[in-house]
Amino acid sequence: MADTQRDDAFVEFERVQKSYDGEILVVKDLNLALPKGEFLTMLGPSGSGKTTCLMMLAGFETATHGDIRLNGESINNIPPHKRGIGMVFQNYALFPHMTIAENLSFPLEVRKISKSDREAKVKRALDMVEMGDFGGRRPAQLSGGQQQRVALARALVFEPELVLMDEPLGALDKQLREKMQFEITDLAHNLGITTVYVTHDQTEALTMSDRVAVFDDGRIQQLAPPDELYEQPQNSFVAQFIGENNTLVGVVTKIKGDTCEVKLDSGEIIDAKPVNVGAVGDRTTVSIRPERVEIDPELGPDAHTLSAEVLEFIYMGDTFRTRLRVAGNSDFIVKTRNRADQRRYARGDTVKIGWLPQDCRALDA
Amino acid sequence: MLAADGTPLKASLGRALRRQKIRALALIAPLLLFVLLTFVVPIVSMLFRSVENQIVSGTLPGTVVALESWDAESGNIPSEDVFQNLFFDMFNAAEAKEHTKLGTRLNYENTGLASMFRTSGRSLDDVGEVFQDAIEDVDDQFEDGAFWFAMMNGAGGEDLLRERRERWVDLTGDDMRGDVGFVPSAEIVELLPTTAAAYTDWAIWTVIEDEEVVAEEDPWEAVYAALVVDLENPATGTAIAAYEGEGAQALQAIAAAEMPKADFTAAFADLDEDWVKTDVWTTIEVYSSAYTTGYFLNSVDRELTPDGVDLRPDNERLYIKLFGRTMWMSMIITLSCIILGYPVAWLLANLPMKSANVLMILVLLPFWTSLLVRTSAWKVLLQQQGVINELLVWLGFVDDANRLILMNNSTGTIIAMTHILLPFMILPLYSVMKTINPTYLRAAKSLGATNVTAFRRVYFPQSVPGIGAGSILVFILAIGYYITPEIVGGTDGVFISNRIAYHISRSLNWGLAAALGTILLVLVLALYWVYDQIVGIDNVKLG
Ligand SMILES: Nc1ncnc2c1ncn2[C@@H]1O[C@H](COP(=O)(O)OP(=O)(O)OP(=O)(O)O)[C@@H](O)[C@H]1O
Ligand SMILES: [Mg+2]
Repeated sequence: MADTQRDDAFVEFERVQKSYDGEILVVKDLNLALPKGEFLTMLGPSGSGKTTCLMMLAGFETATHGDIRLNGESINNIPPHKRGIGMVFQNYALFPHMTIAENLSFPLEVRKISKSDREAKVKRALDMVEMGDFGGRRPAQLSGGQQQRVALARALVFEPELVLMDEPLGALDKQLREKMQFEITDLAHNLGITTVYVTHDQTEALTMSDRVAVFDDGRIQQLAPPDELYEQPQNSFVAQFIGENNTLVGVVTKIKGDTCEVKLDSGEIIDAKPVNVGAVGDRTTVSIRPERVEIDPELGPDAHTLSAEVLEFIYMGDTFRTRLRVAGNSDFIVKTRNRADQRRYARGDTVKIGWLPQDCRALDA
Repeated sequence: MLAADGTPLKASLGRALRRQKIRALALIAPLLLFVLLTFVVPIVSMLFRSVENQIVSGTLPGTVVALESWDAESGNIPSEDVFQNLFFDMFNAAEAKEHTKLGTRLNYENTGLASMFRTSGRSLDDVGEVFQDAIEDVDDQFEDGAFWFAMMNGAGGEDLLRERRERWVDLTGDDMRGDVGFVPSAEIVELLPTTAAAYTDWAIWTVIEDEEVVAEEDPWEAVYAALVVDLENPATGTAIAAYEGEGAQALQAIAAAEMPKADFTAAFADLDEDWVKTDVWTTIEVYSSAYTTGYFLNSVDRELTPDGVDLRPDNERLYIKLFGRTMWMSMIITLSCIILGYPVAWLLANLPMKSANVLMILVLLPFWTSLLVRTSAWKVLLQQQGVINELLVWLGFVDDANRLILMNNSTGTIIAMTHILLPFMILPLYSVMKTINPTYLRAAKSLGATNVTAFRRVYFPQSVPGIGAGSILVFILAIGYYITPEIVGGTDGVFISNRIAYHISRSLNWGLAAALGTILLVLVLALYWVYDQIVGIDNVKLG
């Protein structure tokens, strides 16, 4: 897990717990520190406590235990309106009775900024999200994507140092979402804003973030940059949740340096990299990415190979996707590049598969 | 902009929409018709009733015509001709028992007329009997119905028959249809116009209402009086001498004999000396047209005089004050409902489901009890020896000698009506507040607004449509309320509706009640318009 006690931390959660009803902890021991300017994404399945964390940071929920610090100062007792945190809500929460310009001018008015300054800032913020011509409209007269931009502009117009976004793109179609993903990261980086972004869309998390915190069951399962998250998942939940993943279960029979031997439940023996296993004899789930598996491999003499039966061979254009039955797992996927000499398998073929031991990670059971 | 087929886009859109509209309309047409009939018809009939005044011209048709030549300014009473017409009109009206209704109607304008009409109507037979006796003394053939019938019946008088029948229709409101078995002869109509008219009146009444046969019955006294009236005309004397038709001899004998003088002015003066006073006739003249502004003038404390519209005497002015009070108190009640209802509605919309349900039941609970029970309960609470006063005295806030007067005044009305109308404010408010997403408040706070600012700038404006809907509902209900003011309002706390109810069920002055109701309707519409101008009616939402 990443370090939690960084000196340059701008936002810091320390041992934060949260329960709504006094019976169930929806956030269990959250430790998180992010430096200024970072774009951090909270990713996790529904109900894993992402919104709750965001609300605690924004001040709409109080932490049951622990400390949340902003810029080194504990904010547990600062009311929301004094925290100066910009927030983009999942449903945008644009005030329906105000025009777009009035919506943007609202945070400036409550800060008692002069009228001329207000107008200039509103205009700048609207231009920034390319909505300069829409100042006179009501939110209901805008499309979803336009509303989203306005919500973003409103969260940024008073120049907060920290912006929180709770699934801001959830309601948009795929194309618009991708465009907005790019625009949001661009804006955040250009303005040097620290951003906490919540999503349950893993592609969104991987493409946008400096770091991703994977949530499950009220805990951060792994906090890492996207590439590390994908290539070096620390536990089987992360491995499963991020990207496509093949799993095989078995028992560790030998650990030697950075390789170990796993005896699968079906009896075969494979090599793996011990990442999250205890001692010899522990059960383990080994995880292999589909693109790291080779069919009919040309590996070294000491590499283990498994025999597999082809169940399905799917043509995907740039790749082939082969579904195999391997060691009792009939959902074992292999992705191969579409090369001129790539053999095309048929259902029922028996093949050999193999991988480099370092690509096969032995994780917790 | 052109559509694909070259027609203007607007026109082709309009056509497409029109078809949809017509289809939608056809679907709801039966219900719409039903609603129109049951909703619009009573209102129109009320509007009509507030100006309708056919009772004077319907009951005294001849008198009203004759009265046209009378000049109220002159200070003289009307001529004998008017009294003569009055006799025949009143005679018919008394037979049909319609004269008391007219008396009641005119009594609204001039007190005392009701009893005058009632007593006079009773004695008209006596007036006519003098002439009957005199005529029958001269020739006893006139005692015989068959003789009269033979003399009067003939052909050519159909116009007269139709005209008299219409008078009966106007007088009684019945359709008076059916075969009379009698047509006045054209010769007699020419010779004895008054008699022919009176006889025809009698014939129609006898056949249609009494279901007798004309030839078998003696005419009523008015016919004999009419004969005397005719004979007093010198021209008639010569014409009778030349007359050769049925009953010529008997008529000539009567014409030759000495008859009592037909002086109806004196006769009516005998019945009631008020008949020969100008103010009675002024009233009749003023209200003789078929439509009147009288009820409306009355509703705003004015009256119609021959000189035009005038204020009523001080002690009769009532309605403007009542209208003002109704408006003013309804506004206070509406305001109290907003103040009390807003927090409750907010709680309802924001409490967790379970507690909100309990609260909702409490809000709706009053609807499950009768209005009378609730109002009476307030009586118990508000009395000087009531619960509230006792409590205040016990707590020492109020001196035992100076108990608060909370009832039988406007305070009582305001308290009780605010309570009774509160749900009508809470429910629309609640349904609007329910739709206000709490994230708006969070958003406002995240943007730096304090709780107060967030409420004032973000929550409140969005709840205004609910306030609007609730206010309109409460205000309109309040303006028309009468049970509660009646019970707890005393004299200071009654509304205009109490007067309307009084006129509908006690004084039976429906015209005035209709006029008051119409004014109330107009006031409400006017306020609605003002509201639309200020707040905008699209800003009213029931959820
Ligand atoms: N106001 C509340 N009262 C009680 N429980 C709540 C409340 N809000 C959230 N929870 C519970 O807390 C847990 C975490 O909720 P949270 O909204 O943080 O999830 P999330 O990660 O944002 O999920 P999603 O991706 O669906 O938005 C859930 O089990 C939820 O049922
Ligand atoms: Mg959420």
